[in-house]
Amino acid sequence: MALKRRELLSSTIAAVFAVTTAACATTVTGALPWTASAADPPKPVTPGGWLYFTPEEAGVVEVFVDHLIPPDPKTPGARDAGVAVYIDRQLAGPYGSSAGLYMRPPFADGSPQQGAQSALTPAARYRVALAALDQHCRQRFAGKSYRDIPADQQVDLIRQMEKGSLVLANANARAFFEVILKNTQEGFFADPIYGGNRDMVGWKMIGFPGAIYDYRDWVGRHNERYPNPPVGIGGSTI
Amino acid sequence: MARILPATDVVVIGLGWTGSILAHEMCEAGLRVVAIERGPWRDTATDFPTTYAQDELRYHIRHDLFLRPAQETVTMRNNTSQNALPMRTWGSFMPPNGVGGGGVHWNGQTWRFLPSDFRLRSHLTERYGAKAIPEDMTIQDWGVTYEELEPHYDRFEYLCGTSGKAGNLAGKTQPGGNPFEGARSREYPTPPQQQPYAPTLFAKAALEAGCHPFPQPSSNLSQPYTNTLGMKLGPCTYCGFCEWFGCGNYSKASPQTTVLPSLVRKLNFEARTQCEVIRINKDASGKQATGVTYVDTAGEEWEQPADLVILCAFQMFNVRLLLESGIGKPYDPATNEGVIGRNFSYQTTSGVDAFFENKNFNPFVASGAVGMIIDDYNGDNFDHSGLGFVGGGYMGAGMTNGRPIEGLRTPPGTPAWGADWKRAVTDNYPSSYGFAAHGSCYSYRGNAMDLDPTYIDRFGRKLLRMTFDFHDNELKMSQYLTDRLAEIVQKMGPKQVVKHPRTGPYNSSVYQTTHLCGGAVMGTDPKTSALNRYLQSWDVSNLFVMGATAFPQNAGYNPTNTVGALAYWAAQAIRTQYLKNPGPLVPV
Ligand SMILES: Cc1cc2nc3c(=O)[nH]c(=O)nc-3n(C[C@H](O)[C@H](O)[C@H](O)COP(=O)(O)OP(=O)(O)OC[C@H]3O[C@@H](n4cnc5c(N)ncnc54)[C@H](O)[C@@H]3O)c2cc1C
Repeated sequence: MALKRRELLSSTIAAVFAVTTAACATTVTGALPWTASAADPPKPVTPGGWLYFTPEEAGVVEVFVDHLIPPDPKTPGARDAGVAVYIDRQLAGPYGSSAGLYMRPPFADGSPQQGAQSALTPAARYRVALAALDQHCRQRFAGKSYRDIPADQQVDLIRQMEKGSLVLANANARAFFEVILKNTQEGFFADPIYGGNRDMVGWKMIGFPGAIYDYRDWVGRHNERYPNPPVGIGGSTI
Repeated sequence: MARILPATDVVVIGLGWTGSILAHEMCEAGLRVVAIERGPWRDTATDFPTTYAQDELRYHIRHDLFLRPAQETVTMRNNTSQNALPMRTWGSFMPPNGVGGGGVHWNGQTWRFLPSDFRLRSHLTERYGAKAIPEDMTIQDWGVTYEELEPHYDRFEYLCGTSGKAGNLAGKTQPGGNPFEGARSREYPTPPQQQPYAPTLFAKAALEAGCHPFPQPSSNLSQPYTNTLGMKLGPCTYCGFCEWFGCGNYSKASPQTTVLPSLVRKLNFEARTQCEVIRINKDASGKQATGVTYVDTAGEEWEQPADLVILCAFQMFNVRLLLESGIGKPYDPATNEGVIGRNFSYQTTSGVDAFFENKNFNPFVASGAVGMIIDDYNGDNFDHSGLGFVGGGYMGAGMTNGRPIEGLRTPPGTPAWGADWKRAVTDNYPSSYGFAAHGSCYSYRGNAMDLDPTYIDRFGRKLLRMTFDFHDNELKMSQYLTDRLAEIVQKMGPKQVVKHPRTGPYNSSVYQTTHLCGGAVMGTDPKTSALNRYLQSWDVSNLFVMGATAFPQNAGYNPTNTVGALAYWAAQAIRTQYLKNPGPLVPV
């Protein structure tokens, strides 16, 4: 009875659900739907030049993120950790275009409790804000770009953005500050396959061992520092 | 026009925790079952293998396993005077997607509610008088008792293999367990997980404070286990990638590890994935469901006729499908009439951060539900006389993860960036700790769900709208719990303690829990409940609705053990009563 029905269904449905890739509607019956090597591993970033940023934008971002996480004698800063590369690749990918997010109008300003409501994608936000920051600097600092003004002035501008006191033409400086700070920390601590956290410097800094899958021996070792170096998804070194 | 498929006995909407259980139960009863699931099929070996499951960016920050808001989201406002706006990305909760549902990426904290939680209004009235309950608080009794649910809690725990220590075996208090819990018929299936350093220290401090610490019940197993369906689970390896992640070790109980391998082998079962149900269809009388209509990935509409419809789409999507299908009277907060959207509740969580010197917690040696907990301040386990609130929660030291993008704690006053931030993060990563209180959230007249007048989904259908805020009762409770928690943490000798009680207004952009409850609650009166005590729709008797949707209000615990117990309770009623005599199981 059940079997007969299955045949019936496969004849009605197979025609429509012919393609059984993960993206398509699929009928599952009788056994787990396994295909060999069907896993969906992450794609490591492609090496090479900037994918989203212009060289000028990339230069500003490298300076900016290096103030957010500056180098010290033990640990490199965000620039040498590859954070600008991480952000560039993220902006060139689904994150940059707000893929999968609810982007239907109307866009209205709400309360902070209602969450972000902007129609700007992260990629567009960087482009607009970096252009506005450039314009601001050239006006205020005799034609100089952000990357060419003294470091203390660079830091001061970031502080003003954080406070919300910097007014940029056509860009929300505070919203840009929030997103670049978030992306910088992501890039510093995400798995190295995404382009940042180069040589796992972020993980080594705090003592996070990364993608270890078995700590059973360590649960009972109270107040003892875990000694092993970190491991990434792509292996022990990247 | 939808194309009509051959009829089946049962259609299950959503193949998550409850859908898997109900589909399995209905197959065992000999019925032909079609489960329709919006997301993809997911399996351990192909979707979360240990070779790359530990990816914080992909799974936590970019929400890889979750529903895409572009497909469906909700709008949110704190009260009826505001304009609701869509959640454009997820924040305070994370709607699941795909086979296994929330079971794939839950933490495995597996709690039973207290006996008094199930008769909350009666209990509080008996103990404190009717005046103790605020006028706009719409709490109700469930219509089912703890004693009735006990065998079904037991079934869900033995399905999962839950690791824990009983505190009350058939009425006798057991050392080492939770002395406040309702009576259990037997021990947990597996012993508690081994405790890391911080939970061990917390338990000592809690004992000194006169409280009763015990290991948190965990469905991340302490040892290998073969469950009631013959599925084999392995021991948890404390990888620290549990909540938001699939488990690569077969050690977290999920539909994948506990039900699905048995279910798919049944010849009377069929799953259709990547198919979104858009409506439950009714006959001309409006009193019987005739099946469902769904859309496949090609945008094609299909009608699946069925004799019995079981809605298992998770709380918010259950409510939306009921509203969209015109089943049950929509709730109107202005008149307090109607049942669909009524008594929407959530969870009132809060925390205490502590910064220590000369301690190393190795925060990454972690598991979703390991930890030492006290239940002294949950529900009505303590006297509320003179406190000015009702309700409570469990609290303690869990040890869920040390993931660095999410979990960097710095003392107050630390800048958000720069050299000082970097130093503070480095210094405090191994030696700081976040303790948590997990408080109840009772229901109110103003907290409700309906359809949004403005925002639509990809098919042009109205989105669900939630109107929610924390009320004074919950905020006072949260302050009280957080203060008690901080007193215990103080005994652990930290150099600094920072309290984070829950404050209003409710913020939908900050993750709290995915414990959305109510909206089509169970009860004894069709005027104030959408479902009878067997989770059967009062209005459409061949429709049963699973999930926390049925909770009249939320208790101070995570919901899933109760969701699982109710699923088995309903399945038993269907198998032993409904199938013999289809129709209302409780006379209207
Ligand atoms: C991050 C996270 C952590 C959690 N941790 C815990 C915990 O530690 N302890 C605890 O008790 N609980 C926890 N939970 C909650 C737990 O996951 C849920 O209580 C449980 O999964 C609910 O079961 P359900 O069957 O009602 O819904 P789900 O398991 O979510 O299943 C619903 C299914 O229906 C599908 N669906 C929805 N709409 C449609 C439609 N229109 N058509 C077809 N299919 C549809 C969904 O894709 C999904 O697969 C957690 C949840 C999350 C998200």
